[in-house]
Amino acid sequence: MTRLLDVENLTLKFDTDEGRITAVDDVSFTLEAGEVMGLVGESGSGKSVTAKSIMKLNPGNASYGDDTKITLHLEDGPVDIMSLHGSKELKVVRGGAISLIFQEPMASFAPAITIGDQMVEQLLIHMDMNAKRAKEVSIEMLDRVGISDPSMRFGQYAFELSGGMRQRAMIAMALSTKPKLLIADEPTTALDVTIQAQVIDLMKDLVKDFGMGIIFITHDLGVIAQTADKVAVMYLGRLIEQGPVRDVLRNPSHPYTKGLIAALPRLDDLDSPLTPIPGDIPSPLERPTGCVFHTRCSVNLGDICTAKIPNFAKVTEGHNVACHLFNGEGAK
Amino acid sequence: MSNDILIKARDLSVHYPLSGGGLFGPKPVVKAVDGINLDIAKGSFFGLVGESGSGKTTLGRACMKAAPITRGTVEYSDGEVTYELTTIDKAQLKDYRKRSQLIFQDPYAALSPRMTVRDIIAEPLEVMKLTSSRAETDERVREIASKCRLNLEHLRRFPHAFSGGQRQRISIARALVSRPHFVVADESVAALDVSIQADVLNLLKEIQQEMGLTFLFISHDLSVVAHVCDHVAVMYLGRLVETAPTRELFFAPRHPYTKALLSAIPSLDPDDRGTAQKLEGEIPSPTNPPPGCKFQTRCPFAVDHCRKVEPKLEHSSTGHEVACHRWKELM
Repeated sequence: MTRLLDVENLTLKFDTDEGRITAVDDVSFTLEAGEVMGLVGESGSGKSVTAKSIMKLNPGNASYGDDTKITLHLEDGPVDIMSLHGSKELKVVRGGAISLIFQEPMASFAPAITIGDQMVEQLLIHMDMNAKRAKEVSIEMLDRVGISDPSMRFGQYAFELSGGMRQRAMIAMALSTKPKLLIADEPTTALDVTIQAQVIDLMKDLVKDFGMGIIFITHDLGVIAQTADKVAVMYLGRLIEQGPVRDVLRNPSHPYTKGLIAALPRLDDLDSPLTPIPGDIPSPLERPTGCVFHTRCSVNLGDICTAKIPNFAKVTEGHNVACHLFNGEGAK
Repeated sequence: MSNDILIKARDLSVHYPLSGGGLFGPKPVVKAVDGINLDIAKGSFFGLVGESGSGKTTLGRACMKAAPITRGTVEYSDGEVTYELTTIDKAQLKDYRKRSQLIFQDPYAALSPRMTVRDIIAEPLEVMKLTSSRAETDERVREIASKCRLNLEHLRRFPHAFSGGQRQRISIARALVSRPHFVVADESVAALDVSIQADVLNLLKEIQQEMGLTFLFISHDLSVVAHVCDHVAVMYLGRLVETAPTRELFFAPRHPYTKALLSAIPSLDPDDRGTAQKLEGEIPSPTNPPPGCKFQTRCPFAVDHCRKVEPKLEHSSTGHEVACHRWKELM
């Protein structure tokens, strides 16, 4: 495996009228080429912000931590993303080596420009192609993602496509520049289950064919189980557990991950009651001290949880958890 | 109990006319709901599932007389009154509005940002003149708020101060304050995170049992429906394709569409990949539904007969009905 992405100590703060908000707090992870990483968490956990900061797609009131380092490994050497400034330099990562798919494909296509023109436009910007070749490539891609009659669809507008087809077109567009890294932000959430299953299959096929890395953001652990190789669980801007998908889902170790799984309605067990995680995710303005999860945690080890941020401890090889239960003083 | 039916729909159809169409011949219509027979037992948690465009929302609204009924009848009978929704008069409809309530999907859009939580919950009482004094209104608001786990301090605040789960609890309190008998919950947990979803589902179930309510629970999420409902109906393109007690439907589905829906739910087990019976294509447009069985364009088992003749709901076991020509062969 070859390393594709290193994210080290990613911290991101936003200045708002009500004060400074920590959206992402000291997050580190790596991604290999051809690997799918699932990023899970509730709304407000910072998963989308984390993914967007890899492309530096943050509004003006955002500031990165001083020791934040994001490195993308391309064929012609590593790119230090934090050192890129301005849209010209960032072109390499925005739509070039990294593509982004959003949840709502209707909102991601311009309504008054045909699907085809939008696909051609980005190919002309990012790839060394003439308009004729760009059109051919676009139609090939539409065909590849399973859209029937691609040359007819090429000339249509987003509103003429159904939801599932729009999401396919979005994927075709994101992949036509042959990105090394694809960030998919809740790509199947707005779709019906039968269509979701089709899109998941398609994405798995494409990973095999193109060999790119994917960061798959979702709140649906079932989707993660079916697509990802490894999982990272976020809560209130911090990474609290990460590891291979089988280890994390079968042996969840952080109380939060356990809680998320217990709250899921499961078809293989209709009798056990649904157990919600007590309380709500705290406001980012009132970040708890110590372990960010201690206000809702069912396991309480006393002062250590409120006073000290837990470090990552090893559960099994590659499976790490940030909880005092597994850490020095709190460990059993 | 089985003949204690709260909502009885017969041949219920909601057709919306489309603009345009030929000068001669009939105007095109969208058959959002077409010829549905449905019985909702009193005190049940009745689930209605289907993909977007299957007509589940329209069916729910027709049961509340919030969608124009083109053909057929809906009878509401709660033991005190019996209304026939197609011939209901103004005074009766006013009374029916009190007896049936709707909980919406998006708790952010459903609550007015300019009203305090107390006023939001009290509004139905004031509009329908159900209380005679402010003190009585306050009493009713407090009572329902505590049932929905909102405290007194919450009542003074505005909706923006609340999280999604709390807002949905406010919407529920507002819907239940008029003490309805029948509640339609349209995708009421779809916008919530799983842990909050579990909390709201538990709350709905609790309140339903405590107040003896009848719920029509509309959802696209089968695992949620499996957990809270006791009877489930599956819709496809304006038709009911299968209806059964929950366990029966999930453990012994008969219709190929129900089977496909169930197998499309992503399993939590990473090694359980690729066993799903995949459906090709998408739900056809209701303006131009296929002839014969509505599902034939996507059904892996469709034969010539399916393309010509539309199947009717057949009895397969107690309380279990399925609309498929081939369900017996496919068992």
